[in-house]
This record gives sequence, structure tokens and C-alpha cells, in this order.
Amino acid sequence: MGSDAPPIIQVSDVTVGYDHHIVLKDVTFEVRAGEVFCILGGSGCGKSTLLKHMIGLHRPMAGSILVDGTDIVTAEGEERRALLGRIGVAYQNGALFGSMSLIENICMVLEEFTSLPRQAMQAIARMKMKVVGLQDAGDRMPSELSGGMRKRAAIARALALDPKILFLDEPSAGLDPITAAQLDELIVELSQTLRITFVIVTHELASIFAVADRVIMLDKERQTIIARGSPEELRDRSDDPWVRQFFHRQSSSA
Amino acid sequence: MADSGTATLDYEPLAEGGLRLVMKGTLNAAGIQQLWRQVMRQVAQSDPAALEIDARGVESLDAAGMALLLELKAQQEQRRQDFRIRGLRDDLSDLMKLFDPGPPAPPKPGPGLLVRFVHRVGEISHGVLVGFHTQVNFLGEIFVRLLSVLVRPSRLRWADTFLIAEKAGANAVGIVALMGFLIGLILAFQSAIGMRKFGAEIYVADLVVLVLFRELGPLITAFILTSRSGSAFAAELGTMKVNEEVDALVTMGVDPVQFLALPRLVAAICVMPLLTLFNELFGLIGCGLVMRSFGFPVATYIDQIQEAASLGDLFGGLAKTFVFGGLIAGIGCLRGLQTGKSPSAVGDSATRAVVSGIVAIVVVDGVFAVMYYYLGI
Repeated sequence: MGSDAPPIIQVSDVTVGYDHHIVLKDVTFEVRAGEVFCILGGSGCGKSTLLKHMIGLHRPMAGSILVDGTDIVTAEGEERRALLGRIGVAYQNGALFGSMSLIENICMVLEEFTSLPRQAMQAIARMKMKVVGLQDAGDRMPSELSGGMRKRAAIARALALDPKILFLDEPSAGLDPITAAQLDELIVELSQTLRITFVIVTHELASIFAVADRVIMLDKERQTIIARGSPEELRDRSDDPWVRQFFHRQSSSA
Repeated sequence: MADSGTATLDYEPLAEGGLRLVMKGTLNAAGIQQLWRQVMRQVAQSDPAALEIDARGVESLDAAGMALLLELKAQQEQRRQDFRIRGLRDDLSDLMKLFDPGPPAPPKPGPGLLVRFVHRVGEISHGVLVGFHTQVNFLGEIFVRLLSVLVRPSRLRWADTFLIAEKAGANAVGIVALMGFLIGLILAFQSAIGMRKFGAEIYVADLVVLVLFRELGPLITAFILTSRSGSAFAAELGTMKVNEEVDALVTMGVDPVQFLALPRLVAAICVMPLLTLFNELFGLIGCGLVMRSFGFPVATYIDQIQEAASLGDLFGGLAKTFVFGGLIAGIGCLRGLQTGKSPSAVGDSATRAVVSGIVAIVVVDGVFAVMYYYLGI
């Protein structure tokens, strides 16, 4: 999917870090419309940091990030708000608001961006819950959910505004293989039926092969992208020892 | 969902009490927000035996448009009446099936108002009694541990204890002194209003020193320590509980009460009398300032307070502070260890630590007052 599609995200010569500490430098890649794009790498390589820059939470030290035609680094005011309405983000631990039920969590986003009547918002929220398979859990509080349910609910909330792009931070982290596989199926289904572009940060091999059209791989030492392509290409054809280790699940001493 | 929508709507009556809604254009959030109430009102008024949506003219449909169709469908199903959509494009129809949550679950019949009221009163009373029981239990348990530390001082984590004492005690000297100074000053001014009528301003010193030593000094300091450190203890231990650090201690064979609560208890018991002394000293300075402004020399003021207050007053007040310190730390730690799992749990624990701490201090202060009265202290 999306092999000939135009790019929807363009990351150009981006350097990211905290204070004066550089995490990644001169990173360039693009995500095509409709594809499931995974950002891979070992712990501490800057995957989540890069994602936070792509959704505009942090400003890169250098470079530009174009998301759906808008530079998320420089966009301000209405332009930025409009862009935020076209993207959805599901955080690693769900980041659901603990004092609100799941339906209220979703309605909150709708209240912010639309002027729909309350009944309409609740109907939309119930629809989004149905898509992620939580149609019976709308009145539950986040603390009453299992880890897998919380991730699904986070995706439902991220879907609230019919986003064109969905960013997921480690969606299968901390889940059992069956629940993780179900979540992967959901991602594929959403990608195919709603034609949403997915940008997923992960290091779960099974998930990568189940969902990803294309991946990039980051490395902590070299502070940049060390491989890019489909997961199968990287597994079978990469000469980079680190990439081979990653895809063949070997430790560095092996 | 923010694009402007151009949706139009027509109503056509059908045979046998049916209604047809002819929808055209782009059914999106912008268009739906105008139409939603109108459609719902129209359908509710006509209460159609069958509702038919003519969607041949629908060009596109977003979540809001779908929500309108699905809500109408759910309402008709709830009323056990017919609903059908004609002419909707196949791709949009498939998308709708994916999103259709089905009819909402019927609300469960709950108990009546009286039953709910009695249930709630019972629940709250039970909660209060259980809470009191747990509190007394915990304080008893921690007191026994404290005695065991007196027998074997090496069992206490002294480094932690000093650090906590510094945070709860040394770092609180400023606020305790300021509060003492202001209370002394205010008390002196307020009591001078009455005393002046009898030309007895000199006795302001007697009043302030006795009130400070016996009641206000220990009480004000205890309130400051509760709100400053009791809440901090609850929040610290609560965060550790949420992060499963307390569970980790248990599985490592370390007793959380011994490891976490005891250093805080010892630190609070040690710093409380010292802080109270500071509070009282600065209270007397505040009062002294007022007395000086009334024209009394400092030496006269000091003589007056020496005559008015005995060491019994001072130590009687200080004796209470040991108990207050123990209560503040004990309740703070207990609330921290009782923290639940929700994001607001730590905040709730800190609030409960302050509220129960203040209530416990006032109750115990009352007990001391009765005890001192009968003992003639």
C-alpha cells in the first residue's frame, strides 16, 4: 500500500536532542500517504524523541518537518490547530484522562474541535469505541481497563477527529503476544478501511512484520538512520551487522 | 471534520405513517452541527412507523454524518420500528457497518432514592469506622516498631532519618518562625483592645505567653508540619506505591513500615518540639514588639513573662508536640501506603493526610486539655 502515493510527511535534515545533547542528526525520510511506517531501533536510540518532534511537541535543533503540507515546526495559531485536527496520537501508556470515562475522553477532543450537539458527540464516541472493539466499555474509567484495552481506547481517542495520520508510540509494548497481535490486526484494518497513514514507533519484531509497509532503523551510536526499506528487505538483504542482529534477535556477543 | 459542509435535507411523508429523509451533499461535522437538532426534533415529532433515508445524493460522509444515520437507526430500533437506508454508496455503507456500535445497552433499573440514601449513609459510616480502626491499628503497630528501635537503634535508617528531619524540620524554620512572630503580634494587639479598658496592658504579656506555651505554639506548629510534611509523606509514599516500589520492597523481604514509615516518624517526633520552640520564641518577639510600642521596656516585658509562665507550662505544651509529631508522620505514611492506582490517588492521599492529621491533632489536644486540667498542670 502507498508505494506510489505522494509523501504526507517529509522530514528533512532534522537534528533533534535535549539541551545541548544531540540524539539524532541530519535525519531525512518521508512517509507516503496511506502506508504504515515504522520507526525502529534499540532502547535509547531516539525513536520516541523523533516522534515527539514529528507531532510538534518539541522543536528540532535544525531541519524541517512537513506534516500534511504544513511545517509543524513553524506553524502557529490557526494553522497549527488545523494541523493538530488532522493528526491523532496514541501515547505509550494511553495517556487517557483518569477522571473521565472513555466516552468523555473522546468527547473532550470533539468539544475542542467541533460545535456538534452533545448527543452527536456521544454517538461519534460510541462509533470510535466500536471500531477498536470496545463498544461495551464506553462508561468505564481508564483505571478499570487492562493494558490492551487502554491502548485500544487511546487509539479510539486518537481517531476522534477522523485523522489522516495516526502516530502510535510503542503500541504493543507491555502486551501479551495475543493481545499485541490483535492490536496489530486493528492497525492493519484501520489502515485498509479508513486509509489512515500510520507512523509507529516500535521495537517488537512480530508487530513490524505484521503491520509495516516500510521502516527506518535508527542507531544510538551513529545517531542517524542506518537502514530503510521494507521489513523483509532489511531482514534478508541488509549488510549492516546491527540491523542483522536486530532482525535475527541476536545479542551483540552472539 | 472541520471542512465546511453543504448538506441539504428534505422530509417526505410515506404511506402508513412512515417518513422519508432525503439527504444530499456532504454530510460532515460542519453541515451536521446545523442539522442534527432539526432532524432529531422532526423525527421525534412525527414518530414514524418506518424511517427511510434516501442517501442517493450523499457525496461523502464523515464520522459526524455517520453518527447521525446510526443514531437515527438506534432510535428506531429502540422503538421497535423500521429503519432503512436506500442508495448509499457501497464504500460508505461498508464503512458504516464498521462503525455501527449497535443499539445502546438499556439502562439497568437501580434501587429507589430512599434505598440509595440509606446505602450511602451506611457506606460512609462504615468507611469512617474502618478508617478509624485502620488508623489506630497502624499507629499502634508503628509505635511498637518505635520501641524496638529504642532497644536496637541500629535498626533505624539514620541517614534517611536525618535527611527527612532536615526537610521537615530545618527547612521549615523560616515559615514556623514567621507564623509565630505574626501570631504573637496579632494576639498581643487583639488582647490589648480588651486590656486597655482596665489599664492592664502589661497583662497582655501574661496572656500571650500562656496561650503560646500551652496551646497555640504546639497547635500552630503541628498544623504547619501537617500541611508541609504530612502531605509530603503521603505524596512520596503514594507515588512509590503507584510505581510499585512498595511492592518491590515487600518482595525483597523489606518491611515497608520499617523502611519508609519509621524514619519519617522518628524525624517528625524529633523536629516537632524544636520547631514549636522556635514558633514560641518568635511569638514572644512579636508580642514584645507590640509591648515596646505600648511603652513598656524590654526588661519589664521579660520579667512579666517569667512571672506569668512556669516551666510546667512550657514543658506541658512541649510534651504534646512529641505526640503531634508521631500523629502527623503516622497518618501521612498510612495515607501514602493506602494510595490507590488512579492518577488522582496521590493527590487524594495528600489531602486525606492533611485532613485526618488536623482532626487527629485537635482531638488529641482536647484529650491533653482534659488530662492537664485534672492533673493540675
